[in-house]
Amino acid sequence: MTEDKNAPKDKVAAKDEKAPRAPKTMGHEWDGIAEYNNPLPRWWVLVFMVCIAWAVGYMVVMPSVPGVKDFFGGTAGFSSRAGVRDVLAETATQRQEWLKPMADAPLDEIVANPALRQMAMRGGEVIFKENCAACHMVGGAGTKGYPALVDDEWIWGGSLTEIQQTIRHGIRSGDPLARTAEMPAFGRDGLLTRAEIGQVADFVLAMAAGKPGPAAGQALYQANCAVCHGEKGEGMKETGAPALDNRIWLYGGSRAEVMAQISVPRHGVMPNWGGRLSDVEIKQLSVYVHSLGGGQ
Amino acid sequence: MPDGSSSGTQGRSLFAASRKVHPRAASGHFRRLKTRVSILLLAIYFVAPWIRWDRGPGAADQAILLDMSGRRGYFLGIEIWPQEVYYLTGLLVLGAIGLFLATALFGRVWCGFTCIQTVFTDLFVAVERAVEGDRNARIRLDAAPWSAGKLGRKALKNAIWLLIALFTSWTWLIYFSDAFQSTRDLFAGRTSGWMLSMWGVFTASTFLFAGYAREQVCIYMCPWPRFQSAMFDEDSLIVTYESWRGEPRGKAPKDGNFEGRGDCIDCGLCVQVCPTGIDIRNGSQLACIGCALCIDACNGVMAKLGRPANLISYDSVTNQVARAKGRPTRRRLLRPRTLIYAGVLLAVALGLVSVLATRSRESVSIQHERSPLYVRLSDGSVRNGYTVKIQNMRRTAQDYHLSLAGIDGATLTVIGYGDEDADSVRLPVAGDAVGTFRVYVTVPPEVRLGRETSLDFLFNNLAADQFLVQGTMFAAPPP
Repeated sequence: MTEDKNAPKDKVAAKDEKAPRAPKTMGHEWDGIAEYNNPLPRWWVLVFMVCIAWAVGYMVVMPSVPGVKDFFGGTAGFSSRAGVRDVLAETATQRQEWLKPMADAPLDEIVANPALRQMAMRGGEVIFKENCAACHMVGGAGTKGYPALVDDEWIWGGSLTEIQQTIRHGIRSGDPLARTAEMPAFGRDGLLTRAEIGQVADFVLAMAAGKPGPAAGQALYQANCAVCHGEKGEGMKETGAPALDNRIWLYGGSRAEVMAQISVPRHGVMPNWGGRLSDVEIKQLSVYVHSLGGGQ
Repeated sequence: MPDGSSSGTQGRSLFAASRKVHPRAASGHFRRLKTRVSILLLAIYFVAPWIRWDRGPGAADQAILLDMSGRRGYFLGIEIWPQEVYYLTGLLVLGAIGLFLATALFGRVWCGFTCIQTVFTDLFVAVERAVEGDRNARIRLDAAPWSAGKLGRKALKNAIWLLIALFTSWTWLIYFSDAFQSTRDLFAGRTSGWMLSMWGVFTASTFLFAGYAREQVCIYMCPWPRFQSAMFDEDSLIVTYESWRGEPRGKAPKDGNFEGRGDCIDCGLCVQVCPTGIDIRNGSQLACIGCALCIDACNGVMAKLGRPANLISYDSVTNQVARAKGRPTRRRLLRPRTLIYAGVLLAVALGLVSVLATRSRESVSIQHERSPLYVRLSDGSVRNGYTVKIQNMRRTAQDYHLSLAGIDGATLTVIGYGDEDADSVRLPVAGDAVGTFRVYVTVPPEVRLGRETSLDFLFNNLAADQFLVQGTMFAAPPP
């Protein structure tokens, strides 16, 4: 109130400005209380009306009213599921286009071509995470019972084509071309006594450490194991017999674990991915696994 | 309830009702200056994106371009990659300090003459004036009932505004997407939905801000007037009314005798020309954008009356006081405040220039593989995996010779670049591209290492005589 008195008189501004009005009331009064009449701004009401009109139109055009078993789908036939399907189908078609050169090229050519290799490694990484990492761990680190794919020991071979073969047909998977081998259960089937198994285990552990082992164990090894695992423990990829001359152990490297494996061997199973992944996906996966560091 | 309790707010609105401002046309020194500055700025704005700059085959040839989809910024000979965006921050810091300095020296010159809101509003008001006439005609038109003539004028004005807004907004967009290509695409109907929607957003905001919001943007939306009083001191130039000379105001004397009264004849022209609709005679205020049009208006009146000019003056508070007391005036440009602003400005500018001048045209990042951290090989040696990315910011392909330092006997294998463990591997990277390499480092079993050993990757670009060292770590199993 005081500001009005002190401000200089401004005729021009006053002309522009309408004189302050007395507030409008609704015209009724109870106990001395009157109700102001402050209607909503017209623009607001108009926007509100337009929104209502829009909503009515929207209900007609888009899926809106639920029924008992079905719902009113709208005149435009919109469906977000169909939309997702379309987008996925379109993506798949586009991907086919990019993957065409990869489908046509043999594995070593993919590795030699930087662009194809990059694509295969990226795609393979995704496929690996989705399908393989559950057992082989992210990055192919492996864990007990599930071979590491990053080191340089390969039970069934670490070349590109061998990796591809393993992925496609699996190991002991039931696929006719699956890699299959079985180690005799020396303990359970009574082929060796418990003492003899201990001697063999001692010899194998010494061999892995690069030291001479006990003679008794060595004799037993040569007689029972060398056929598959090699005279010097170098292993045999054709029969899936792991090398025993190094410190990489699939089922653990303690004496008890080695004895358990000789006595009643565990045989890992890997599914055949041939039917589940497409050829080009298996190619990408092979290149990726080969690039993890152990590829030969 | 007693009546008195509610009388405080009775009949008084708690917030200011918006009052339409109808600025009258002004003429004079500051109006000419404002027009020239506007023309210059608009010319730069409209022409700049069309200027070409040859950067070699396959490269963008627009002199000033912030290529969003290509993720490159181009400013004449300078190319900015996304990780170098902090140069833009430096530019913003420069702009801010420049603004401080200009404000301390000359008052609100930014607001009054160069701000985009001021320039566009001035342009839109000029259109309004051309279509609907000057202040009085516009007030009459607004008050008149709707007729075909009024509708026609309003429609024409809005149509021209919309065209200007479309034009200025499109110009804004082509700073971010090649000017010629985008405009060709526009006429061929190939413009993307994103670009069209951005065009719509910018057009709508220009149209609303410059056409309808105008001074409301300056008074209510802009933060700058709120804190710029901190940049002012008594030596900053501001637009003020010399009340010691103008008061007491009164109607123009018929006999031309100004004895015993002030020079202000209360004609109100200073208020009518004001684009924010304020009365400068109330003193310096937040809503004054310092455009000085009131000075032009008042000087015209003073000249007619034969009174000295600059009753409203563009001068410092110190000089106002000096003049009031009849002391000589002086302009103090060199003050601690301006010197500090200028010093900081210079330091930031020098820093920015030196960083730009010495920046490397390649950068390397190394990511150590964490799953697994290390791999023990069958012969007992330990291997670590790394993903190496080399950014080649040059336009031509470069070769980088990668070698290692820090661990004796460590050897390298790069997937796709030779199978054998090597001491040095040549990594080619195409021009203006990022090369990604999978690198394995193997340390033989006879080298005893702790859990973590620092390891340096050396990148030697022989052709460009560039040598880069990037440190990383080598993980080994616990001894």
